[in-house]
Amino acid sequence: MTEPKPRPLAYAPALESAALARLREHYRPFVDGEFTGGTGEPFSSVNPATAEPLAEVSGSDASDVDRAVSAAEEAFRQRWTPIGGTERAKYLFRIARLLQERARELAVLASLETGEPVRKTTEFDLPNAAAQFLHYAGWADKLDYAGFGPSPAPQGVVGQVLPSNLPLLLLAQRVAPALACGATVVVKPAERTPLTALVFGEICEQAGLPAGVVNVLPGGPGVGAKLLAHPGVRKAVFAGSTETGKRVRRDLAGRGKRLTSDLGGSGVNIVFADAAPEEAVRGVVEGAFFNQGRVRCAGSRLLVEESVAEEFVARLRARTESLRVGDPLDRNTDVGALGSAEVARLSELLERGVAEGATRWTSPAAPPHDGGFLPPTLLTDVQQSMSVARAEVFGPVLSVLTFRTPEEAVTKANNTPHGLAAGVWSEKGSRALWTARRLRTGVVWANAFHRFDPTAPFGGRGESGDGRVGGAAGLEAYLDV
Amino acid sequence: MSDGESLANTRKRVAVPKTYKLYVGGSFARSESGRVFPVTGSDGDFRANAAQASRKDLRDAVAAARKAFDGWAGASAHNRGQVMFRVAEMLEGTRDRFAGEVADVEGLPLPEAEAVVDTAVDRMFWYAGWTDKLGVLLGGVNQVAGPYTSHGGPEPVGVVGVVAPRSSSLLGLVSVLAPVMATGNCAVVLVGPEAAVPAVSLCEALATSDVPGGVVNVLTGEPTELAPRLASHSDVDALDPSGAEESLRGELEEAAAATVKRMLDVPLPEQDWSEPPTPKRLRAFTDLKTVWHPLGE
Repeated sequence: MTEPKPRPLAYAPALESAALARLREHYRPFVDGEFTGGTGEPFSSVNPATAEPLAEVSGSDASDVDRAVSAAEEAFRQRWTPIGGTERAKYLFRIARLLQERARELAVLASLETGEPVRKTTEFDLPNAAAQFLHYAGWADKLDYAGFGPSPAPQGVVGQVLPSNLPLLLLAQRVAPALACGATVVVKPAERTPLTALVFGEICEQAGLPAGVVNVLPGGPGVGAKLLAHPGVRKAVFAGSTETGKRVRRDLAGRGKRLTSDLGGSGVNIVFADAAPEEAVRGVVEGAFFNQGRVRCAGSRLLVEESVAEEFVARLRARTESLRVGDPLDRNTDVGALGSAEVARLSELLERGVAEGATRWTSPAAPPHDGGFLPPTLLTDVQQSMSVARAEVFGPVLSVLTFRTPEEAVTKANNTPHGLAAGVWSEKGSRALWTARRLRTGVVWANAFHRFDPTAPFGGRGESGDGRVGGAAGLEAYLDV
Repeated sequence: MSDGESLANTRKRVAVPKTYKLYVGGSFARSESGRVFPVTGSDGDFRANAAQASRKDLRDAVAAARKAFDGWAGASAHNRGQVMFRVAEMLEGTRDRFAGEVADVEGLPLPEAEAVVDTAVDRMFWYAGWTDKLGVLLGGVNQVAGPYTSHGGPEPVGVVGVVAPRSSSLLGLVSVLAPVMATGNCAVVLVGPEAAVPAVSLCEALATSDVPGGVVNVLTGEPTELAPRLASHSDVDALDPSGAEESLRGELEEAAAATVKRMLDVPLPEQDWSEPPTPKRLRAFTDLKTVWHPLGE
């Protein structure tokens, strides 16, 4: 027998049709209830999996920002706060239903513009985005009972600058509570992922949402900076990297403006020797590689107890190998595309890690072509001091470190300026909860990872920002309390 | 000394003056810089020399606060409440002395100053009662879809820098300090010259009421000199700029950006400190932590 053994679990492609996304050739800003303007720099939305343009987008300029903020101001005074919570609630409910109705189209569109596997956009992004609007629809007429005192006043016009990962879900997490509170919004989606946000504008139109309540301005960082600094914007919300977040905050200093920041920060998984191995391996792999590691809470660091480290890493490799890297529109794909710029950034980070003494192992899973893909990668022999252990990874790279005692695990986990999310794996309840109590993060998943729900507040500590999305806590950013 | 004149007339005994020091890590100490500034009453007359804190004193105070943090944050909520109730008891017990000081530095008639002290005692008492209720105020059970239990609870942010109010020497100080203590944080407080005398007396009350050393650190000095250092210090997690003048606010916000410090949103000019407090400060100095665990047989 000289024939090579066939790869186990070889799947025939199960392609979702790109036509479902109903791509148009051209997209414009959504201002005051209309798709108009966009006299700024035009740009292309590019598919990170193929590097081919998806559509032309009219960028926004200063006059678009002015128009959007004025529209939002007028809508706030005339058409949104005055109608009361009960009526607002029903608009949020309508938006939720429309997101559910158009879920397949939006899932494919999101997959095309982000490179996230379509199975994930279908099973995760869209249902969760709709669930945000359903949850906050219920809050709109119950704000007196949200824990901020009687009749909490809305912030007014809110400017929101959003990142490129999970674009529709992150938009829903911020637009839904803002609208529930009676605020109106001007959203600046990431330059790389404006399309789902602009189709969301269409959904607002179909929901009959009063003009100006939601406005969407595609464009680059300059548009975002203009928006947040605009004197008509009472409240600024920035979601993105810590580095950019610090700059945004410096720029807004002394302008009498309120700012909520949802910033970066690689997460961590702590695996104790008594963890259930199969569950822990699954959780660590999902934690590190979900959405190609492009979530700010990704479990990019693993702290595993020394006595089981060798065996655990072997299991990790085996499971990581089974992840299929490929066309995001293939329903069998586990790890999608990053785009070549991100691959270059991560390759540099990996090179630095190896130069500092780490050992690199990359899954042999073959991407469809060179360019926009990076197969899941493990770095072992990583020390706390290495740049890869401290950086915001934001990609499919998992650094493995070891520990001997629970105290050491906690110290190592907390030894970062970030503090967003952590996983703890132990079958001993008291140990898992002891560890959870001591971790300096906003979220702890004990014997789980990447669980999200609109009722459960999510957000960071330290340099991961001060915002919370979800639950009553998610209302605070949009109330004058 | 203020008794000098009456001494000449009546041959009353010469009072032993108090030295006004910094309160850092549970001890009273002079500034390492050796600097002092004169403290005057509202009549403009000299009362005492108070220590003028330096940048080094500030760094030491932050280090002392950090050192005390694990113990204070880790103490039971019940225990923190007991300590704060004890502070209220001590304030009540020395009400007359505080009233005299407040009347002197704020230029109030004695009955008004007494009312201010009463409100300050009640304020400490109010916040003391919150320590073991923060979980129901700010956290709770998240009714997630799926086989998980999920709950949220507030945790202290860490070391909180406070620029003490300028308009209210004792009541203002208690109003900004108590919520920091109640949430399990440690405080580094900058007090301006006008409030130095009641502030040092408050520290004496804290030092004798079982507040662990380092939980509260009070630096008298010039806030315009030290506040930007507090805002930029990498080991300070949150800032309450209540007493910072408008001209200083932008600089503090900019300095705080580099470490993503929590910054309390406070009005300009300063609020009326006699107004009843709300839980706002308790919320501001805590971070909500959400914990999930699966359910299964």
